[in-house]
Amino acid sequence: MVIGLEHYLTVAGVLFTLGILGIFLNRKNVIVILMCVELMLLAVNINLVAFSVYQGNVTGQVFAMLVLTVAAAEAAIGLAILVVYFRNRGTVEVEDINAMKG
Amino acid sequence: MSMDMVGLEHWSLARPELFLAVATALLLLYGVLRGEVATTFVSIATSIALIITAVLLFVPYREGTAFAQLFITDRLTTTMKALVLISSAIAILMSRAFFEHAKAWRFEYPLVVSLSTLGMMLMISANDLMSLYVGLELQSLALYVIAAFQRDSVRSTEAGIKYFVLGSVASGMLLFGASLIYGFCGSTAFVQISQALLAGKAAEIGTTIGMVFVVAGLAFKIAAVPFHMWTPDVYEGAPTPVTAFFAVAPKIAALSLLVSVLMGPFKPLFPQWQQIIVAAAVLSMGWGAFAALRQPNIKRLMAYSSIANVGYVLLGVAAGTERGIQSVVFFLAIYMVMNLGTFAVILLMKRRNVMVENISDLAGLGRSHPMLALSMMIMMFSLAGIPPLAGFWGKLYVFMAAVEAKLFWPAVLGVLASVVASYYYVRIVKVMYFDESEEAIDPSFSGMNRAVALVSALLVALFSLLPQPLSAIAAAAAKGLFP
Repeated sequence: MVIGLEHYLTVAGVLFTLGILGIFLNRKNVIVILMCVELMLLAVNINLVAFSVYQGNVTGQVFAMLVLTVAAAEAAIGLAILVVYFRNRGTVEVEDINAMKG
Repeated sequence: MSMDMVGLEHWSLARPELFLAVATALLLLYGVLRGEVATTFVSIATSIALIITAVLLFVPYREGTAFAQLFITDRLTTTMKALVLISSAIAILMSRAFFEHAKAWRFEYPLVVSLSTLGMMLMISANDLMSLYVGLELQSLALYVIAAFQRDSVRSTEAGIKYFVLGSVASGMLLFGASLIYGFCGSTAFVQISQALLAGKAAEIGTTIGMVFVVAGLAFKIAAVPFHMWTPDVYEGAPTPVTAFFAVAPKIAALSLLVSVLMGPFKPLFPQWQQIIVAAAVLSMGWGAFAALRQPNIKRLMAYSSIANVGYVLLGVAAGTERGIQSVVFFLAIYMVMNLGTFAVILLMKRRNVMVENISDLAGLGRSHPMLALSMMIMMFSLAGIPPLAGFWGKLYVFMAAVEAKLFWPAVLGVLASVVASYYYVRIVKVMYFDESEEAIDPSFSGMNRAVALVSALLVALFSLLPQPLSAIAAAAAKGLFP
């Protein structure tokens, strides 16, 4: 069997859906949410690189490099905010993040 | 390798952005070397740098693309950037009294605001999905940080987490859409995407799905229903000066980006996106009007107010005509003045040395501080859309553009929503003038904020005398999109 574009797109689509579901169904821990965000970005990268190879231009690979860089910065800032929050509340459970409602 | 090959030949089009980046870096260096004592100097210098950047946009004014088509400047981008820069500068100047009181007056705050403003300028000027993404993320990452800026406050850090998580999901969706568009159009450049669509070379279904993802991601950033759920919590939890900043500059930038994406690469898909934007507009106007009715917290109320206002702007976008885009620019400029003025008053709500944020805390203001109450009343009537104040003209322009584009029912629903929303604006006026209070708030601690409130009230009240300049600026900005 030849592995073609559609196989890569399917894997990326499944990964992306898992990432989104993980964020909205997860009731445990904010760290898991951060991991799910990474999963979404990786799915995008698979898409970009697969399209790039399929079309024979490098734009998608350049884009993927940018996404990787930004994803690192995003994870750093997310963890920093999480640490500050943990100092105030002593917990990072999703169910405890409820000081404001309405 | 020549300059031409690396795409650097028109780099000077990005002179304002380069100036702001260098100025921010130098001020950061200064702040780090001097420590906390430098905060006031850094904040004033940052505001001045933002204003100089705004001047550099026009002196000399130039149009064109740079960096191998990644970056574009024209009338629309220049006007939107000027609005963003002015509102960021004023938001920084308004923040001092609050943060000094909260013991969080640190020099990083103006610098992070300046960095996010730089991101906004880049995303307004984006002419390619890559520069769009990088600009958007530069803006968003800085915004997540300042939402959680009051490190010792549970509410502020919680606002930071909520904003971060939902903002990242939005970025992920936008990015997934961008990857699909790249795949089905064969390019990330806006010009080539629209060419591929017009020539029928792009797979239309795949591109449409990608476009829906991109629009959903942007709808998150502008807080349009049904992607608004983070807004009330983040507006309430973030420190008030940050809320004032959130309500104005990022909205203008993201709406400008939405306009240039929809009217640029996705113009061939107009019938597809018009339905989405109309639905988001009507839902936002309605939800913004009804959800705020029983809201005791004024910051939360302003969150719903901003959702409703985004609905009006989207109605202008949905028209898809030159008049529609003109009304968008016109509305956003007026929205900026009204919101900065309102938040200048909200930032003055201090009683017995405690910052308060309930609407009932405004009771008695009409008697104790008549000028301030009058400014607030003008702003509330303007937000409610009562003639002859500026807010009325903004809404009128949008509704007229919508009717001209045959969006009759959405415009009618918008007017009805506006009537409902006027209830909660007028209620604030009622509380200020007719409710009894043992001790009114004491706004004497910040002359800057009282000045901002007064000046914006004057602008809003006297706008009807001289509406032509703004209307001409908006018309010129919209013209560039319709050659």
